[in-house]
Amino acid sequence: MEVEYSKDAEMEKLLEDLKNSNVKKEDWEFHDNYKPVYSTGKGLNRKVVEEISEIKKEPDWMRRFRLKALEIFESKPVPTWGPDLSGIDWENTNYYNRPDEVNSTKWEDVPDEIKETFNKLGVPEMEQKYLAGSVAQYDSEGVYHSLKKVWEDKGVVFMDLDSALREHPDLVKDYFCKAVPATDNKFAALNGAVWSGGSFLYVPKGVQIDMPLQTYFRMNGEATGQFEHTIVVADEGSKVHYIEGCTAPRYDRNSLHSAIVEIYAKKNAHARYTSVQNWSKSVYNMPTKRAWVDENAKMEWVGGSLGSKVTMLYPSSYLRGPYATTHNLNVSLAGPGTVKDTGAKALHLAPHTSSRIIAKSISIEDGKAIYRGLLRMNKGAEHSKSHVQCDALLINDNSTSFTYPHDEIYEPTATFGHEATVGRIGTEELTYLRSRGLSEDEASSMIVLGFLDDVMKEIPMEFAVEMNRLIKLEMGKLGAVG
Amino acid sequence: MVPELKIKDLKASVEGKQILKGVNLTVKGGEMHALMGPNGAGKSTLGNVLIGHPNYEITGGSIVLDGIDLTNKTPEERARAGLFLAFQSPVAVVGVKLSTFLRTAYRQTHPEDKVTLTEFYDRMKVHMKKVGLDESFMSRSVNDGFSGGERKRFEILQMVMLRPKIIILDEIDSGLDVDALKLVADEIRDYYSENVGFLIITHYQRILKNIEPQFVHVLKDGKIVVDGDNSVSLRIEEEGYDWIKN
Repeated sequence: MEVEYSKDAEMEKLLEDLKNSNVKKEDWEFHDNYKPVYSTGKGLNRKVVEEISEIKKEPDWMRRFRLKALEIFESKPVPTWGPDLSGIDWENTNYYNRPDEVNSTKWEDVPDEIKETFNKLGVPEMEQKYLAGSVAQYDSEGVYHSLKKVWEDKGVVFMDLDSALREHPDLVKDYFCKAVPATDNKFAALNGAVWSGGSFLYVPKGVQIDMPLQTYFRMNGEATGQFEHTIVVADEGSKVHYIEGCTAPRYDRNSLHSAIVEIYAKKNAHARYTSVQNWSKSVYNMPTKRAWVDENAKMEWVGGSLGSKVTMLYPSSYLRGPYATTHNLNVSLAGPGTVKDTGAKALHLAPHTSSRIIAKSISIEDGKAIYRGLLRMNKGAEHSKSHVQCDALLINDNSTSFTYPHDEIYEPTATFGHEATVGRIGTEELTYLRSRGLSEDEASSMIVLGFLDDVMKEIPMEFAVEMNRLIKLEMGKLGAVG
Repeated sequence: MVPELKIKDLKASVEGKQILKGVNLTVKGGEMHALMGPNGAGKSTLGNVLIGHPNYEITGGSIVLDGIDLTNKTPEERARAGLFLAFQSPVAVVGVKLSTFLRTAYRQTHPEDKVTLTEFYDRMKVHMKKVGLDESFMSRSVNDGFSGGERKRFEILQMVMLRPKIIILDEIDSGLDVDALKLVADEIRDYYSENVGFLIITHYQRILKNIEPQFVHVLKDGKIVVDGDNSVSLRIEEEGYDWIKN
């Protein structure tokens, strides 16, 4: 029972935190007075893209890639099959901002105002406690990155993608936009044209990193687009856990975010990608996240999607080699006025591949949570299997949830299953907990957290605490629940 | 101070239907009361109304504990005042860990007690053993996948851990086999003191063999029609409820 104790102590701390969460939205949705030194101004055209490449002193192939991506972006219509995207203000978006100075690995060298922002976010403390190395992104470019020497000695590369492009151009070229080509979708093309920042992580063959590597970044600057591009390469037999999390300041205008995350899990590798996103209520969050999973490799996606106005996110795994597996856990919180169109894609392209997807959503007030999934099993993906579980919790009478699973099964020996549940916070459960002394809010939070329990266990503790607080905030605002 | 629960002319309805039609009952510390009655008399309704279940509407009368009027109070306020109901059919709350739930509930009902987590769990383990629940239940979800008997044992565990003053046990013996019933009855007797009053709601006399009440009341058609001692329960066992007139 000793292990149980420490777990309980953590839970206790977590609940204590929850109880004391008097934090108001204004406290964490802060602005500071930091002004970007350079901005390409509003709007997007060929000149803007060339300017970005020029400022970054990129190799010619990247400049050409950006321009090609821009053409693709312009040729593709805004997708209309999902949530309403008409609110995206393309003309009034800044596509590039550069913060003061270039990257610095020393904390002392980080500009004071930025440091203050990080302090508010608790970055240095978190780093001490959790991080093996970190790259923190501010505005559109990384300004602070550090990497523990021990990993460097083993050949691990962990830096922002701009730096990686300068220091390891061939390595970057091998993986850049291979899993997610610019032709994939309009937002991927946009990222290709104006990408800036993001992380590059390369783990050499056989290197096992047990501590998670983490990036902690946030958006800042009104109507600033964020187009970071992250590449994680887990070479053969390696193991890595990459964590990404962010909080965003409050915006007055719609803000666009369109990231690309590419993960390459080579033969026998084990890669885990955890991301907790907490965008401001004005953000359109349109990332494209995809993993190539080779023979006997394992890919795990763990995600918490909070905040934003509209999110469309479907982390995908291409199971390319025999015995490749993917696990996908996602929690979506669709607060008032929010649309969460999230899900997962698993493409079984080789025999004996397996996928397991667990998606949980919570809808509050008129929040709308949608599960949209793709399961494809190619002919020849013999004895592959998949299981998809979608659970929705509706908090209010006007809350909604929809499920759109799409299956394409071309292999007769493949097996797959779907489970879907929709629940509400029941009067009996609430009354039971309240009859033992818990307040209505406390009881509701406990039921919601209970609903998320199997996913929460997979989320790092500090994120779980943050998610708790946010759920508590969203529910507390409503007063009475039910 | 010896606690006292005063139920005065209590009337309550469910979905517009009048169930309780004026119940009068006083339970004091050191007293063991049994509330019996035929099916549909309103016994469980009384338990739910006392704990403040939102589906029941109080249409008249009052509930007062130690001079504090609980009639319009929320379930949590009643619990914090020292009222406890062991539910007839406790619901499962998926994902809410039993130990965490109990710890949180204890802190709400006893904010002044600075007992440490370890002390609290040590005490919990002692009582789990007494009611016959394995320690592994600590990390299970509340009532999730529990058998009927396990749920009842957990209700009694909650009672002893939360240390309420006035306790209502609604059909606590249902779902328990003879051995389990003995364990539960022992735990109830151990907890029973001058500072604790019990109201045992039961349809059958079975549990009253294990716990002898000083007072037996019969509820029929929403009203208490008989106030007596344990001989009433013995007569009910032999003759049923037919001899009782409204």
